[in-house]
Amino acid sequence: MSPEPARAPKLQWQSATVVAIESRTSTVKSFFFRLPRTLNFVPGQHMDVRLTAPDGYQAQRSYSIASAPEETDRYELAIELLQDGEVSPFFFNTVAVGDEIELRGPIGGHFRWSVADGGPLLLVGGGSGVVPLACMLRHRAARGSSVPIALVYSARTAADIIFDDELHAMHTRRDGFHFVPTLTRDANPTPGRRIGRIDTSLLADTLALLQSTPKLVFVCGANAFVETATDALLALGVSPSTIRTERYGG
Amino acid sequence: MTTRGFTGRGRGAASDQPGRLPPGQFLTTDFPVLSAGPTPHVSLEEWRFELKVGPRPIKSWSWNDFIRLPITKVASDIHCVTKWSKFDTNWEGVSIEDLLADAALEPPTAYTLAHSHDDYSTNVPVQDLLGNRGMIAIAYDGKPISADHGGPARLLVPHLYFWKSAKWIKGLQFTERDEGGFWELRGYHMYGDPWREQRYSGD
Repeated sequence: MSPEPARAPKLQWQSATVVAIESRTSTVKSFFFRLPRTLNFVPGQHMDVRLTAPDGYQAQRSYSIASAPEETDRYELAIELLQDGEVSPFFFNTVAVGDEIELRGPIGGHFRWSVADGGPLLLVGGGSGVVPLACMLRHRAARGSSVPIALVYSARTAADIIFDDELHAMHTRRDGFHFVPTLTRDANPTPGRRIGRIDTSLLADTLALLQSTPKLVFVCGANAFVETATDALLALGVSPSTIRTERYGG
Repeated sequence: MTTRGFTGRGRGAASDQPGRLPPGQFLTTDFPVLSAGPTPHVSLEEWRFELKVGPRPIKSWSWNDFIRLPITKVASDIHCVTKWSKFDTNWEGVSIEDLLADAALEPPTAYTLAHSHDDYSTNVPVQDLLGNRGMIAIAYDGKPISADHGGPARLLVPHLYFWKSAKWIKGLQFTERDEGGFWELRGYHMYGDPWREQRYSGD
């Protein structure tokens, strides 16, 4: 018999104040929010954002939380600009520090991990799909955890790597975290960065870094990226029940 | 609360059809894919569909048996809890009424759980499956359903949020109580009516 679903109270909209905006890449900006109430969330979860026009029209979107749960004075959402979008261009062109934006959450009961869940962990991110994975890594660092984690991160060029310095700094600590970036559109090889799309050999090499079978695998990105990555992982013998995915786009 | 500077410039796509888009949704012409894990690739040879009452199997169909059942066509708008909606999607499949008739089964309880090949499940009240409101779909847009969209067969209950339309369905189980499925046990609404914006538990 299944357990009873949690009779949770309604997730209330709360008015959050934009306290900082930071450009991450040419197409990704981080928006930092102060919330009236502390948010208890698990890395990997997302927030719903709601915008309201003067005539009452509303638009909603979901964005992954980038900041670690240990950081409670402000919460970071990293938003990618979609040129023909409705909500992301508004954030890029109009939202300013001091604005009030309605948020509710946290949302998501599957694509989530905290140090208590243990490892090893394989994380596979494509483009802005790295955001919820970066949240897991920031949480691990904030806890001083040494759970083995490898992150394969596919970006177009070196300039498109979100959180590049931070991920690189985590990697150089050599505390069990391995950063494996690969660039799909970069003609100029840089030391430590592969060129090319993710494939079976890259994932096999990365799994070898973990030295034992990952307890959980998190894959986040556009659907085609997630399909490629998960098919390759299944071909390498990774159990489908350990793989959790989050997809966006068509 | 009005958001400073927001006018909703992008609403144009559905604004010529007022009332067709549920609250908080936006119109897309793509067909985004959302699923909790890897895409299972189920061959037609191994595919089976099983009808159960509680733990008791009632009838099971092979693919060849299944596609000989009466085929119904449905045109419908679909609404995903992740906020996108898509208008005028065309499906073909076996209505739940025709399925029950083939098994000579009257609905024995008021609730069902749909079960999938990837161990996904979701609950749908029987009422929402009858009257041509629910089917086991085997074709989309005149073609077999692709694996990433839930093929060979998926549940289709288009008047509820689309997570209820379980991909890679392998069985339907009548349950005494309304038992939560995969997402319903992970913070999502037990019923999921887009028009009442029942996204999350408590909505």
